[in-house]
Amino acid sequence: MDGILFQAFVYLCAAVIAVPIAKRLGLGSVLGYLIAGVLIGPVTGLVGAETQQIQHFAEFGVVMMLFLVGLELEPRALWEMRGRLLGLGGLQVLLTTLAVTAAAMTFGLSWSVALAVGLVLSLSSTAIVLQTLNEKGQMKSDGGQASFSVLLFQDIAVIPMLALIPLLALPELNQALHHSGDDGHAGTTVLAGLHGWQVAVVNLLAIAVVVVGGHYLSRPLFRMIADSKLREMFTAAALLLIIGIALLMTLVGLSPALGTFLAGVVLANSEYRHELESDIEPFKGLLLGLFFITVGAGIDFTLLFGNFAQIAGLTVGLIALKALILFVLAVTFKLRGSDRWLMTVALAQAGEFGFVLLSFTVQNAVIPGVLGDRLLLIVALSMLLTPALFIIFDKIILPRLDRGQAREADEITDKGKIVIAGLGRFGQVVNRVLLASGYKTVVLEHRADTIDGLRKFGVASFFGDATRPDLLHSAGLEDARLLVVAIDEREPALELVKYARRTNPDIHIVARVFDRNHVYQMYQAGADDIVREVFDSSVRASRYALEALGEHPFEAQKSTTVFVKRDREGLRELASLWDPDIPSSENQPYIDASRGVAKRLEDALLGMAESRHDTVGRGWQTPGAVPDVRASRRPLSDNKPPQP
Amino acid sequence: MARVLVNYAHPGQRHSRINRSLARCAEMLDGISFVDLYASYPRFNIDVDQEQLQLLNHDVIILQFPLYWYSTPALLKEWQDLVLEYGFAYGPGGDKLAGKYLLPVVTAGAAEETYQCDGSNCYSLRELLAPLEQTAALCQVEYLPPYVLFSAHQARDEVSGDRHISGYQSLLTALRDDHYDYNAAVKFDHLGYARLADVLTEHN
Repeated sequence: MDGILFQAFVYLCAAVIAVPIAKRLGLGSVLGYLIAGVLIGPVTGLVGAETQQIQHFAEFGVVMMLFLVGLELEPRALWEMRGRLLGLGGLQVLLTTLAVTAAAMTFGLSWSVALAVGLVLSLSSTAIVLQTLNEKGQMKSDGGQASFSVLLFQDIAVIPMLALIPLLALPELNQALHHSGDDGHAGTTVLAGLHGWQVAVVNLLAIAVVVVGGHYLSRPLFRMIADSKLREMFTAAALLLIIGIALLMTLVGLSPALGTFLAGVVLANSEYRHELESDIEPFKGLLLGLFFITVGAGIDFTLLFGNFAQIAGLTVGLIALKALILFVLAVTFKLRGSDRWLMTVALAQAGEFGFVLLSFTVQNAVIPGVLGDRLLLIVALSMLLTPALFIIFDKIILPRLDRGQAREADEITDKGKIVIAGLGRFGQVVNRVLLASGYKTVVLEHRADTIDGLRKFGVASFFGDATRPDLLHSAGLEDARLLVVAIDEREPALELVKYARRTNPDIHIVARVFDRNHVYQMYQAGADDIVREVFDSSVRASRYALEALGEHPFEAQKSTTVFVKRDREGLRELASLWDPDIPSSENQPYIDASRGVAKRLEDALLGMAESRHDTVGRGWQTPGAVPDVRASRRPLSDNKPPQP
Repeated sequence: MARVLVNYAHPGQRHSRINRSLARCAEMLDGISFVDLYASYPRFNIDVDQEQLQLLNHDVIILQFPLYWYSTPALLKEWQDLVLEYGFAYGPGGDKLAGKYLLPVVTAGAAEETYQCDGSNCYSLRELLAPLEQTAALCQVEYLPPYVLFSAHQARDEVSGDRHISGYQSLLTALRDDHYDYNAAVKFDHLGYARLADVLTEHN
């Protein structure tokens, strides 16, 4: 127990110290974790051989990350990506594998070993690249999207690779291995004795379980948990889901990452998506961080310094080779300017799946252990160098490109997200109008029965409390363009607006309020447009009343227009006198001013104000005539003919 | 430097590339005030005080609009009805606009030949805009020959459209920098891109 606590203390301590410093220096969190790992591992020796096991555990962060990536990807979006996914991703893996294989063969490796090396090194690091792109806000750029397509293809390509690699086994190594025991990571599955076609059937069945189960079983399950109103139960269920799928996939010999990715895609349309996202996110972040630390800690410095020139040379060579292929592909696939370079720089390293494949190849006697150790070092070094490449991209490549490109940024196709908090009567109308006008909205609602009820009418929304920062984060508040606050409670609405204003100063906030005091508070909280919930409807009711009393509809319209205008002005005037610490009924200046406002409003409506500019009758007057207060406001047809 | 105000009124600007380009051209120019009336008053609740203040603060008032039934779009008519008030623009004490200039910038769908006594529209454009011209006269405002683009629907993808836009830019710049020859302008019924150079003293 002490040992575990001590380890946790060392890892957390290293992360907490190194990562903020790295971020402050502009190095990014990934490099921070890697440095933290180097510090506690090879440099100080605080952690030792156990990093290997911890790494296997931390690789689970990648599985979680792919689940989250899947959640972001609706099946339709995935389908739209198919061109780049297969074209760009497929060519990247194919060309890089061929190039690395050819290079390895010139170093004198036999073709089967060379091919295995090529496969291992063709992959890039999903963990580093996605983490860095998200951190830098470049995920939505064309270069970011292209990089993501390639990464996704690679993640999928791992599975056929795992199937292919055993076929490359070297007989002599195989025998040697079977005599010496292994660390038990040899992927023993329940399918050991089955034929090829049986394996395929079981695999398909497992995928079907994930897809069908995700589609049909998840909703009632989550609904049940939501009704329990226990937040930690939701977190537990989310973790259970991911671990369960990972376990199932491992049992049948498929990639857990692929399984959870699929589950993510299936759940992307679910109303529980954002809740799941915010529950899994911290686990993913910590596990990935741990993973990066173990990469740093696992660098074998004795081996590295013993062959420094060779290994460093090979690493740089590998990065250059991968970058060259990526750049050619980027040009072929018509990426422009900085996007082209972003993809080139982002994907030039080898990745964590490389580690997985490497241990797999060594276990399957495809690659000799000595070579495996060196490759491991090259993969780790190339990952270590990636943040440096990003820094070169930011500091050297981007400034040069920007001079060449005169503001291309105007053509932003991504319209930015719209977040609607609350899907009660108010939020529903706003949502319907926005949807009907062709905008996409993200709706958050915390009453599961409301969500279910509206789903029957085809209205999609996400389950979750809109005042929770983590949920807002996963709903995309940071890069949202518009927030509509339509939740039913006064204080939470104010808190939500304050939080949104703090995290996204540029966002436009439309807020529903209940009364005048709430208006003032909402104004101070930072809302842009403040709507009193029953103001417009009561104005409309008063217009109907005026019409019913026989006023000409246009006169009634003008009266209410003037009323609204004056009321708004008065509100603005009174806002400056309102004091949150004094009840309005005891705030004398406020009371006096509001009496003044009311008097002026009445005068304006009656057309008796001293200023010509204050009368309802202004406009459409007979030139030279003094506005006649007693003039009929009735429609012509109502006027009785003058008595003879 | 003359203070130039462009009051732009187009209720269907989504569908009019020419008018949007013209508007953007006016909006981008330094030293020109640009108001999209339909954006300021989407519900026709014109702020009369604000609009009158705008008029007082400028020397040249440009009304940019597409010709709708031989007249201005509805909001611009409402603007005239409300803003050009008795006692402000005309009548006793109504000389607040005296000495200013009014320039209509108009796009018309039909060809120029149709706007004549034997054409299908029977009257010249200048004649059809007579109410605006007389409004200016009553307000003691000098009426400048309208800057007109005929066949605006066809001009969408043609050079005539681009020329008209660059002409508009020269016209606005000239008005702003006092390079507009008001004396020469009197001779013209209306202006298009072709004869614009005759009224600009320093054509750029």
